[in-house]
Amino acid sequence: MKMKKEREDGKLLILLEGRLDTSTVPQLEAELKDSMEGITELVFDFAGLTYLSSAGLRLILLAQKTMSRQGSMVIKNVNSIVMEIFTITGFADILTIE
Amino acid sequence: MAKMRIDATVENLDRLMDFLEEQMKGTGFSEMLVSQVKTAAEEIFVNIAHYAYSPTVGAAVVCCEVGGDPLQITVAIADEGRPYDPLTREDPDITLPAGVRPIGGLGIFMTKKLMDEVWYEYKDGKNILTLRKRSVSEERRSSL
Repeated sequence: MKMKKEREDGKLLILLEGRLDTSTVPQLEAELKDSMEGITELVFDFAGLTYLSSAGLRLILLAQKTMSRQGSMVIKNVNSIVMEIFTITGFADILTIE
Repeated sequence: MAKMRIDATVENLDRLMDFLEEQMKGTGFSEMLVSQVKTAAEEIFVNIAHYAYSPTVGAAVVCCEVGGDPLQITVAIADEGRPYDPLTREDPDITLPAGVRPIGGLGIFMTKKLMDEVWYEYKDGKNILTLRKRSVSEERRSSL
């Protein structure tokens, strides 16, 4: 998985490319741990994300819980494979997907 | 039938993914279906890696068969760890709002949702979880 981040004041944009699975989740988890302080707007760009397993969902839910307390979280450019995962797990109803 | 025996560790997940990809290459399965099978297999394999032999490491044997009309894939994942049927686990409540949703517990549920059939057997000291996915979905076939 490739990850790119852009921070501007309280806004953090994270672009993911490849697979968010059990092996790659620790990479994103460490990044979020380091960067979430002071963030009021978290944006994930999933344009390049091709695969998502429950390990990734776990982290996305953690991020959503944190951002519900300190601001907002949006996920953009979700492909049909990842969208299906969000739909069957009910995540499509609890996330803001654009 | 293709078969692979590997240590059930998270580090070996990529090998399982490559193996499954190789089995489905050029078979006419859609990108969506390939991904569904890989996701379901990951959930089962990672469960074995985390729990079956804990705190030690043991093997997982993966057997994969592709064929038939309509085309289907069957993946059986076996371990010799402690007997456990993950399908007995209660389904999570997927209607809960984010604030009260428990973290985790979705893997087996996703596997059941993504596959056409999932079954468990305990045989000769082995846990065997089998996944099956057809290239033509149930809904589509009933309308043909």
